[in-house]
Amino acid sequence: MYDVKKIREDFPILKRKIHGKNLVYLDNAATTQKPKQVLDAWQNYYCEHNANIHRGVHQLSQEASDMYDDAHKKVGKFINAKSPEQETIFVRNATEGINLVAYSWAMHELKPGDEILSTVMEHHANIVPWQFVKEKGITVKHVNINDDGTLDLEDMKEKLSNKTKLVTCVQSSNVVGTINDVKEIGKIAHDNRALFFVDGAQSVPHMPVDVRKINCDFLGFSGHKMLAPMGTGALYGKKELLEKMPPFLGGGDMIREVKLEKSTWNDLPWKFEAGTPDVAGGVAFSTAIDYLNKLGMDNVRKHEKELLKYGLDKFSEIEKIDIYGPKNPEIRGGLITFNLEGIHPHDVAGILDSEYGVAIRSGHHCAQPLTERLGQKSTCRASFYIYNTKEEIDILIEGLKKVKGVFGK
Amino acid sequence: MSIDIYQENILDHYENPRNFGHLKKADAIAHDANPLCGDVFDIEMRFEKNKLKEIMFSGHGCAISTASASMLSEKIKNLSVNQIKKTEKKDVLKMLGIELSHVRLKCALLPLKVMKLAIYDYLNKKQ
Repeated sequence: MYDVKKIREDFPILKRKIHGKNLVYLDNAATTQKPKQVLDAWQNYYCEHNANIHRGVHQLSQEASDMYDDAHKKVGKFINAKSPEQETIFVRNATEGINLVAYSWAMHELKPGDEILSTVMEHHANIVPWQFVKEKGITVKHVNINDDGTLDLEDMKEKLSNKTKLVTCVQSSNVVGTINDVKEIGKIAHDNRALFFVDGAQSVPHMPVDVRKINCDFLGFSGHKMLAPMGTGALYGKKELLEKMPPFLGGGDMIREVKLEKSTWNDLPWKFEAGTPDVAGGVAFSTAIDYLNKLGMDNVRKHEKELLKYGLDKFSEIEKIDIYGPKNPEIRGGLITFNLEGIHPHDVAGILDSEYGVAIRSGHHCAQPLTERLGQKSTCRASFYIYNTKEEIDILIEGLKKVKGVFGK
Repeated sequence: MSIDIYQENILDHYENPRNFGHLKKADAIAHDANPLCGDVFDIEMRFEKNKLKEIMFSGHGCAISTASASMLSEKIKNLSVNQIKKTEKKDVLKMLGIELSHVRLKCALLPLKVMKLAIYDYLNKKQ
């Protein structure tokens, strides 16, 4: 395990005061804070190495290109891709990665009558792009969840058909926290001759993820949810698939030769990265990976499980509180989504912020269908990461008791 | 925003909202939501001689938006269409009597927005 107190010193923002109190940042599922090593790497790129990539023969261009290419390899290796550089496409976020597959694979490959199998627990990023694809005459079905927030695998097997060409699901839910057995679901998909897309936005930052063990065809994740700047993310795809897919965006760097009438495409992964990219972001993303590797992803997961166990235990001291998702920490990500009976989440989050400096999220968490399935209009969510402590959970609990006091409940 | 916004009258209107429910017969209806926090309101209105005779609201909102909806429903009853149209942000804030942050202001003003949408619905139907 690592020293959390020492880690916290790497994060400048954790010293901030919020309404006079120490910041207690529990909104990591929305975005994570950045260590100075990542911020320094970003700045260092612009101070020492900045030039446009893949086209210049001068020294700076060589350096920037090497740094950007190496960043791809680093991210690809992090998820154990077979061809780390070719199979790792840098995108702005997981959402963009999903849209890439929707446009470059689904819109081209699928025919009217084909089916996509998704779930009701998805984030809007893994719902809306497939709604665009529906306009081509494709049916999208959604696997239901059990009341404890786990996927109803019987429902999945029922909804699967010989027309299902793609199965997609979240590996770790940003609302109910459920960690799905993606290796098992991938096998079900492949046995049915369908491809498998995993939304790894809440899993890759929080636990070891191995794309070859899962054997997924695509995996999308966001850099900003794992210590890297906003605007960074990656889409992993199996080489054989990416090679057959047409490009997503067109322009510079994704081409080999351009005539006025038509063009040929660059090699992977560049075929899918058009225009000047966020090289500094990519370098910062790579540095974030270094930071996480130093802690060890097993330790990252272990720390969150400990916080989760502690949090769930403390929450049980509060009366009239509903907690959503499985209670078993082994199949649950490091977040607690809940409601205080009779008190609107916006009021809970507002009082926690103004009186305790605690940042939680209130609302739908970009999962309106799931919120509806839970029978709620909105919920509160506290989500943990590498720098959170048990003391911070104690402050959250104190705050919740105060909220109940204000409303006389 | 501080805890001071949770004044007794605000909490009273939140726990016991006035005019909460549905009309048997409505001349105008409107609906809107604030996806930031999950507040969503429906307004139903009945008019007599261009004056608001009955108003009911339903939906789900935080203490501020619910209190605002409840208080506004009492305030605008029996007003004419034109008087309701002239109701503005400053009137809502005076009515609530609390200082609100930028984010919470949206909560306070959502019910007024939906009530005005209902007025426009009524005027459209009249034509």
